[in-house]
Amino acid sequence: MTTSSKKSHLYWAIAIILAIFYFILSLMPFIYMVLNSFKGKFEMLVNGVFSMPESLDFSNYVTVLSGGFFRYFFNSVIVLALTLVILLFITACASYPLSRFKFKLSGQIYALIIACMSIPIHITLIPIFKMANATGIYDTIWSLIGPYVAFGVPISVFILTSFMCCIPKEIEESAEIDGCSKYGIFFRIILPLSTPGLSTLAIYNGVNVWNEFAFAYTLTQSKENRTLPLAVWEFQGQYSMDIPMIMTVLTLTILPMIILFIFFQDKLVKGITAGAIKG
Amino acid sequence: MKHHAESLRRWQDKSANQAAFVFLLPVMLVLIIFIFYPIIDTFKISGYKWNGISASKQSIGFANWIELLTDNHFWVAFLNNIKIMILSILIQIPLGTALATFVEFGGKKTTLFKVVWFIPMLMSSVAIGFLFTYVLATNGGLISSISNLLGGPNIDLLGNPKTVLYTVIAIICWQFTPFYMVYIMAAFTNIPVEIFEASLIDGATRGQYFWRIALPLLKPALSTGAIMSIVGSLKYFDLVYVMTGGGPGTASELMATYMYKLTFKTFEMGYGSTVAGGMFILISVLAVLTFKILRHYQEDV
Repeated sequence: MTTSSKKSHLYWAIAIILAIFYFILSLMPFIYMVLNSFKGKFEMLVNGVFSMPESLDFSNYVTVLSGGFFRYFFNSVIVLALTLVILLFITACASYPLSRFKFKLSGQIYALIIACMSIPIHITLIPIFKMANATGIYDTIWSLIGPYVAFGVPISVFILTSFMCCIPKEIEESAEIDGCSKYGIFFRIILPLSTPGLSTLAIYNGVNVWNEFAFAYTLTQSKENRTLPLAVWEFQGQYSMDIPMIMTVLTLTILPMIILFIFFQDKLVKGITAGAIKG
Repeated sequence: MKHHAESLRRWQDKSANQAAFVFLLPVMLVLIIFIFYPIIDTFKISGYKWNGISASKQSIGFANWIELLTDNHFWVAFLNNIKIMILSILIQIPLGTALATFVEFGGKKTTLFKVVWFIPMLMSSVAIGFLFTYVLATNGGLISSISNLLGGPNIDLLGNPKTVLYTVIAIICWQFTPFYMVYIMAAFTNIPVEIFEASLIDGATRGQYFWRIALPLLKPALSTGAIMSIVGSLKYFDLVYVMTGGGPGTASELMATYMYKLTFKTFEMGYGSTVAGGMFILISVLAVLTFKILRHYQEDV
């Protein structure tokens, strides 16, 4: 007993050391980023990477924020909001019949939607680029919403159908006896009862849409129509050798996520878990 | 009476079919416009020589596909994707499991670890790409500065064709390991507490509990994790495109970066589409294969 508990203590000690090592590894790039964002361009080169900033100087932040940063931020917010509203609504519509009533081809349609999960976005890039050009929405944030919704659909339908399956059948049946149509049941019963599932989906898809790059890079071109992930790209061109300035942009782009993470930590983890069932 | 019931049933079926059609219509339209049609269109464009701008498209049959089969550049990229895939599975899933187990056994005391370990997942791949470009820069970068501090030379991990791919893989693991950690944490919560308590009462150590009881119960979660990792590895794009652009040479080229450069940098839309099509076929085949193998294996257990 004593030897095994000694051994167990030893293992635990090793585990803690490794955990701290990985802790440092996770944090190091962020410390590098935040620390250097407070430095001046030459201060970093002269004093080296490890020195503390000479003063807590927010001038880099002021420069970036007054240099059009909010434009990217608001573009991202608009794209995110519209994508989520459309995505959640049509996903809920589709998940309702797939989870709760029998009809021809239901199995096949479900399989078809789920199979889309492994489709790489790259096979759709060129045709969607062509479409955006043909419809005249190329280089506007509107061109992003369609693809974002489409690529959010498979995983969302997957999660929401399994969620809706758990809603008791009796509620629906009694509503039907009271003369409620399928549409009435959906809007009055199923949709309100699905709110927890929908909020999970909102978070999971929210993280993906907020950080999306390939479509945003392909479908938009001018500075005022780009989303937040492209901000780094644009500012990098502007401040090419000014590393502290770029670190400031990076810090600012992840700040909203960190703040939200602190508030919604549990929900975010739940969302990712739900997505992880098969992503 | 019987006849009546049957016609009622048929009427119900008909109304269910109608409602299903109405409810499914928006999703199907979105998928058709933004996924199914583009897939078909990509295969169509792959039959042309076309720069994407001029009206003159030249139909060249299967020439692009024949070129793809002998295109060394593409197969190097595919091999790089495979290397990322293998190393991702070997590093991310065991490491993620280890981190999750630590949090699981450590309880509330380990919350701070959990939160900090998770932070890399919050950053976009583009931001991570930029951050690491500077962290790894020879001038003012973190690694080189540490090396200089110890009296060593500058270290250029991204500029060296021998190390670039493995550096990229390390960063990918840094970014995505937390995802598998959270995923396995959730799988742990699905194991009833009673099983853990019963095994402790029976005198099992935590180690024994993990290897003999928890790990077998985590198997389904681990195999789904493997599928996600495989599909994800074959699609990687953002991080590599930002950090190395596939270079130096083709040392870190991936199928997606190659496709992107062909299409939007050198404007070979036709051949770019062929590469995208080839990528689609390879990913589909590998996804179906692993799915079959894992399912077969799970049925055996």
